[in-house]
Amino acid sequence: MATEHSAGTQAHGGAAHSDVFPPFDTNHFSSQLVWLALTFGALYLLMSRIALPRIAAILDDRQATISGDLEHSVAMQKKAQEAGVACEELLANARARAQALAEETHLRLAEEAVETRKSLEHDLKESLEAAEVRIHAAKERAMHNIEEIAAEAATAIVQQLTGKTPDAASIEAAIAVGHKV
Amino acid sequence: MARDARTQEDLTVAASEQANDPIHQFIVTPLMSDHIGPASFTNASLFMVIVSLAVTFLMVIGTSSKAVVPGRLQVAAEMAYEFVASTVRGSMGNEGMRFFPFVFSLFMFVVFSNLIGLIPYTFTVTSQIVVTFAFAALVIGAVIIYGVMRHGSHFLHLFVPSGVPALLMPFIVLIEIISFVSRPVSLSVRLFANMLAGHITLKVFGAFVVMMLGGGAFAALLSPLPLIAIVLLTAFELLVAVLQAYVFAILTCVYLNDAIHPGH
Repeated sequence: MATEHSAGTQAHGGAAHSDVFPPFDTNHFSSQLVWLALTFGALYLLMSRIALPRIAAILDDRQATISGDLEHSVAMQKKAQEAGVACEELLANARARAQALAEETHLRLAEEAVETRKSLEHDLKESLEAAEVRIHAAKERAMHNIEEIAAEAATAIVQQLTGKTPDAASIEAAIAVGHKV
Repeated sequence: MARDARTQEDLTVAASEQANDPIHQFIVTPLMSDHIGPASFTNASLFMVIVSLAVTFLMVIGTSSKAVVPGRLQVAAEMAYEFVASTVRGSMGNEGMRFFPFVFSLFMFVVFSNLIGLIPYTFTVTSQIVVTFAFAALVIGAVIIYGVMRHGSHFLHLFVPSGVPALLMPFIVLIEIISFVSRPVSLSVRLFANMLAGHITLKVFGAFVVMMLGGGAFAALLSPLPLIAIVLLTAFELLVAVLQAYVFAILTCVYLNDAIHPGH
């Protein structure tokens, strides 16, 4: 049914054209060839002169950018690693120095403390001795004064009691006796 | 004015006819004048211009920003470039890259013709045998000219394979010559026939839908079936459109490879 119908329309459908199958109609061959040559020629020129070199340049550019960036990043990474190692070293050095310094300071301080203590002890001992000497002297003086006072007091007491002034020698002897008791 | 009125009338008559006529879409009509001259601007010429402009738009405007990080259009252009470049390099080696602009233009022209032709009411440039044959003749012409320029008489070794017994040689040479001569024919007819058959099939199924809608209640009820077939066929024709362009391009590469390395 479909073939019958299309056959029917084909008879008067191609009224303005010859009755051959359109793609085999030689009337338009030359016009098609001319326009194909024009359009395809223009396309070929545009592609080979502009588009393809440009895309090749873009792809090269991208490849160069990517590999350049990668190289750069590798270099940076190496640099960072080196910096890390250097930093580690510096840190270790600093730590060791700090430890040595601390130890040294500790020792020095201990020594100083010992010395200070020694000198202090020495000073104290000296002043203790000096003080002992002074105390001894003061004690003797005081003892001496007491005997004098006692003699005076005894003299005064005897004078009051007897009305006579006793001689110094007997007073002293009396005091010495009293001293012994 | 009178001519305008008449063409208008012609168009309405033609519109009702072309709804059912699967051949109508291949008719070449002049657009500027009444009769067809040796270089008149026809609907075929119009679509050749459209195809070239579309390819130019993609490849020239699309890459105009030259971005290192490309946009959509530039990615499409680059993909087309790399696809054809790898095809050319794969079949001809680095030496074949001198033909790359030619193969690329050919592939893009054919694939855009095929794809644009799938849009309803358009004209398919590659459904004309004269166009596909012109391309095939261009390819074979390039093979012969480059082969003779590059290798001189050594190019004839193409027809004389090495390692063949002397007794069989005449037959082999004959077969090789026949195969070489049939190349432009098979190359052009393959593309032309694929496009023609696909478009006729689509049109016939389209006509089924129209005819069934006007053919009584039962037929009208069944009319979605050919419509579904059209949808599936359109998908298939998309595949064919790209595949045939690829086949055309890769066969061009294979033939050109004979010109570069004729000794098998």
